[in-house]
Amino acid sequence: MDKFIPIKSIAAPLRMINVDTDMIIPKQFLKTIKRSGLGKNLFHELRYDLQGNVKNDFVLNWDPYKSATILITGENFGCGSSREHAPWSLLDFGFRCIIAPSFADIFYNNCFKNGILPIRLDQNDVDHLMVEAENKKLLSVNLEDQTIINEEDKSTGFDIEPFRKKCLLEGLDDIALTLKKDDKIKSFETSTHQSFPWII
Amino acid sequence: MKQNHKTRTLFDKIWSNHLVDQQEDGTCLIYIDRHLVHEVTSPQAFEGLRDANRKVRCPQTTFAVADHNVPTSDRSKGIENVESRIQVETLEQNCKDFNITLFPLLDKRQGIVHIVGPEQGITQPGMTIVCGDSHTATHGAFGSLAFGIGTSEVEHVLATQTLIQNSAKNMRITIDGNVPNGVTSKDIILHIIGQIGTAGGTGYVIEYAGEAIHELSMEGRMTICNMSIEAGARAGLIAPDEKTFEYIKGRPFAPQGEDWDKAVSFWKSLPSDENAHYDKEIVIEGKNIFPQVTWGTSPQDVSPINGKVPDPSQIEDVNRRKAVERSLDYMGLEANQNIQDIKIDKVFIGSCTNGRIEDLRAVAKVVDGKKIIVDAMIVPGSGLVKEQAEKEGLDKILIEAGFDWREPGCSMCLAMNPDQLKPKERCASTSNRNFEGRQGREGRTHLVSPVVAAASAIKGSLSLVEDI
Repeated sequence: MDKFIPIKSIAAPLRMINVDTDMIIPKQFLKTIKRSGLGKNLFHELRYDLQGNVKNDFVLNWDPYKSATILITGENFGCGSSREHAPWSLLDFGFRCIIAPSFADIFYNNCFKNGILPIRLDQNDVDHLMVEAENKKLLSVNLEDQTIINEEDKSTGFDIEPFRKKCLLEGLDDIALTLKKDDKIKSFETSTHQSFPWII
Repeated sequence: MKQNHKTRTLFDKIWSNHLVDQQEDGTCLIYIDRHLVHEVTSPQAFEGLRDANRKVRCPQTTFAVADHNVPTSDRSKGIENVESRIQVETLEQNCKDFNITLFPLLDKRQGIVHIVGPEQGITQPGMTIVCGDSHTATHGAFGSLAFGIGTSEVEHVLATQTLIQNSAKNMRITIDGNVPNGVTSKDIILHIIGQIGTAGGTGYVIEYAGEAIHELSMEGRMTICNMSIEAGARAGLIAPDEKTFEYIKGRPFAPQGEDWDKAVSFWKSLPSDENAHYDKEIVIEGKNIFPQVTWGTSPQDVSPINGKVPDPSQIEDVNRRKAVERSLDYMGLEANQNIQDIKIDKVFIGSCTNGRIEDLRAVAKVVDGKKIIVDAMIVPGSGLVKEQAEKEGLDKILIEAGFDWREPGCSMCLAMNPDQLKPKERCASTSNRNFEGRQGREGRTHLVSPVVAAASAIKGSLSLVEDI
């Protein structure tokens, strides 16, 4: 996983609530056995018509938002299916940071596993940043400092769990970290086997 | 803090029983007892294992079945769609290479992973169960902590049999008193989602309690827990009781002999202590729950069937108003329209929400001796459900009424296989999601219970059983 480095970009404004992962990446693209190449299918039904032509009424089809690395959106983003194809497609499109009032749990988790920073902010802060995005202003996201800074140097702070922050900043491999605790896992298994033999 | 409470909830007990490690910042490493794997969210995880030269830590507690992507027509000659076939074959190869138990496509135990787990006795109280599928919450009906995970986490569990997690908050939803006759578990959970919203459970594990929940069969309880994810919750739970033990007893992967007695006595210690602390409590009067239907494109967009489509101009919150306007436009509905006047083109009966034997019995009872007037597909949740239904003669009743009797799988719940709605087609569906495009691009989904789906198939419009 790539380390999360500070980003400076315009943000794509997506004024919708309850955006589900079916909308982010429809099921026909789940037949792949790879993680790569899903960016072109991101928000497929909103970006292309039934004949496959690009639709002009969707924000990600507009310049300069096509090259945004930050997405600003409404509450409960990423609800529904657990498909990790959703963050894979967002990442492949170019997004490294998503800002919303709230996220669905599984999607939120999945972002961190792929080097995407999901930021939860109060609705008021999101509303302000949405306007900045609609005005095509640049935003800087710094994870180390936990700040989002606009062109006028106004700073908005955000919270993040320290462990998740560390993993993103250092691009750590979760499995390697856990395998360092192998002794603890083994002793857990031994004691479970003794007390609950039908489980392990 | 939880530690300060002497009493514990069912969730607290399972969580602390599975804690392998807790870091200073509160991040936990929890042990996973059972891992269910399917073809769509696992190939990249196995590929990751191979790339890093890692093994599956506990193949004996990992079980696999192909369900999402399989055709529900005759499969004896293999899968025609190349991508689907590759995905199913990849699962088979991965199970072989890593020594994992697979219920193969032509085996009668094959079916939807959340139907197969309980059916095989893999699902047991007090366990932690994960699967790369959000409807893993289903297994919470047995008092097991079960939740969906992404593919990276699937790989993590395969490699380490653990997950890095933060604890969740406790919510209890009590259905006070009984529900009126004709109200099913699907109506209860749709009503709950309508009350708390699709983000209402975010950060929580929901325990369902009360007389109406206690009265439900295991099948009904699974329907409730299954849709916890549609309320945003990490998992749903129902305290195990005699009904739970009775359901599990004698199933292939259930504890046997001496282990069975030990297990039951342990399971009896799991229900929440009296006066246990919940971070949030919701009480819903059972008598106020009626048969439900969704009118929009989010599972929280529910109404009693005898209600009306809402009027967005009456909604104050601007984001919500825009969402409702978008939904009605997508669904081709007018504000204030009577829901029972909505004509349907198709009916889908099946899914991990409502594809169990009890659901098929309920549908057969409604349509027995009658004819349906729309295209209707009925997809048993597993080969064993199908076999049982055929043993009871339900297939004959259903086929006679005009249903298309299919092979098991997820089918039109997510429409990855050829079972799909065409643009603008309107479907009464017993599945769990009415998102835009979920059952086929531009398809229009109304979520309902099996009996409402059956009645609607007869009437050709959204209908109560008593109105046919």
